[in-house]
Amino acid sequence: MEIIDLNSVPVREMNQRLQMRDGVVNEQEFQVLHPGGRHALSVGLTHPIDVTIDGHTGYYCGGMNQEAKITVNGNVGTGVAENMMSGCVRVKGDASQSAGATAHGGLLVIEGDASARCAISLKGGDVVVCGSVGHMAAFMAQAGRLVVLGDVGDDLGDSLYEADIYVGGTVASLGADCEEKEMNSDCRGELEKLLAEAGVTADVTKFRRYGSAKKLYHFNIDNAGDY
Amino acid sequence: MCGIVGLYLKNPEIRDQLGAYFSPMLEQMSDRGPDSAGVAIYRDDVSQSAKVTLYDPGPNFNWTELAADSTRDLGVDISVERISSHAILSGEIESATLRRWVEEKRPNIRVMSSGNNLEIYKEVGLPSDVLTRFGIPQVSGSHAIGHTRMATESAVTTEGAHPFNTGDDLCLVHNGSLSNHHRLRDWLREHADFKFQTENDSEVAAAYLTWRLGQGATIAEALEAALLDLDGFYTFAIGTRDGFSVLRDPIACKPAVMAETENWVAMASEFRALAQLPGVDEARVWEPEPATVYSWGQA
Repeated sequence: MEIIDLNSVPVREMNQRLQMRDGVVNEQEFQVLHPGGRHALSVGLTHPIDVTIDGHTGYYCGGMNQEAKITVNGNVGTGVAENMMSGCVRVKGDASQSAGATAHGGLLVIEGDASARCAISLKGGDVVVCGSVGHMAAFMAQAGRLVVLGDVGDDLGDSLYEADIYVGGTVASLGADCEEKEMNSDCRGELEKLLAEAGVTADVTKFRRYGSAKKLYHFNIDNAGDY
Repeated sequence: MCGIVGLYLKNPEIRDQLGAYFSPMLEQMSDRGPDSAGVAIYRDDVSQSAKVTLYDPGPNFNWTELAADSTRDLGVDISVERISSHAILSGEIESATLRRWVEEKRPNIRVMSSGNNLEIYKEVGLPSDVLTRFGIPQVSGSHAIGHTRMATESAVTTEGAHPFNTGDDLCLVHNGSLSNHHRLRDWLREHADFKFQTENDSEVAAAYLTWRLGQGATIAEALEAALLDLDGFYTFAIGTRDGFSVLRDPIACKPAVMAETENWVAMASEFRALAQLPGVDEARVWEPEPATVYSWGQA
């Protein structure tokens, strides 16, 4: 275990070390101390290492992650795990807005709540939120899965292309072109598998599934007069 | 962009350290607003005497003469304390009367704030320089609101820096931009006889709240009404004589984070502004909900 104390090590130096820029992959486990809300911590990692950050982080923590397993013992700011490609980012506290934005792959687990625009423009990643999420969750999501164990704010799945959304609690309102879908045994099986992967326990029979109604895919000629 | 911070000390025993707690918060927000900075300080006294903060850029401006003139005209003893480019006028008189005297008799002097408790200091420049210039790290008081500015809606000037004060002891800092401030400014001029000092959208928001309070609303009621009447993006921190409030617009694009311990409650645009506060490791930290009014103290 290598310890990096951000009270003495600059963020850029820390990221270069975690990205193994010197080509030496000689350590598998890292602990980062005193994050102090700094931005862009542990971004652009490409090796299957294990990074634990002790404290609250700022924007874009774990952004562009590939392969690495990143755990934050605290809250995260805007855009945690944005554009993640693979690997896993786990937040023990709450996440600010745009958590998991545009993630192509990998798994983001938020053990607390996430605020507005969670999983916005999701492109294939999986996002599991144990608490509740704010408004505009999964806005324009294209692929991947968003699972919320708690409640969801207004306009869930607005302008959704694809992606599956599972909600355990209540939904304040659905966004344009988002509709409830059938939750069959295949879906429950898939959800069970994902929750197991996320290390989260929940009763899958309580979940509802939402997806795209696909009515915005093509321009409707009947609306031509509106423009 | 812009950065905003607010700190309210719940424990009276640490109020001599207000500036020491507060200054690192503002300095941490320098990246969000390097062109100007401003601070509103609420002193820990319950004085009923008027206190008016004034600004003049001239290094040799004769504040003593101004105080003597106001003493003569108003018939009460008005004292003055110069603090860099600012000066505090005070005396046993209604603060509105003293403010009006300055506006009428010395129209070239900018009134930064008026009330019984509030002092506002703002200047163009890096936040750390502004803090040092006005001795903010040494001040004591119950609460403080601050702003680091990256101008979008109006010019980079001392007057355009935040906080804005438009009525007794009320001040506002704003991260965002309002889209209906021109019409609202005209309306407030016409219907409520407001005199605006700048073209700044945030001054309109401050005036709007002052107008609502003047109509008998509480600060919470005024902010609820603001949700309907103000159009645009905003996170506001609002200081009043006895407390402070926070409001985000319903879309909530502009960031805010809050933290609270037994000793203090604080808000900032980003957590890193709170990371140096003593006791923050034990604080409850959360993001304020959109379109929800948060208030502390008697606010």
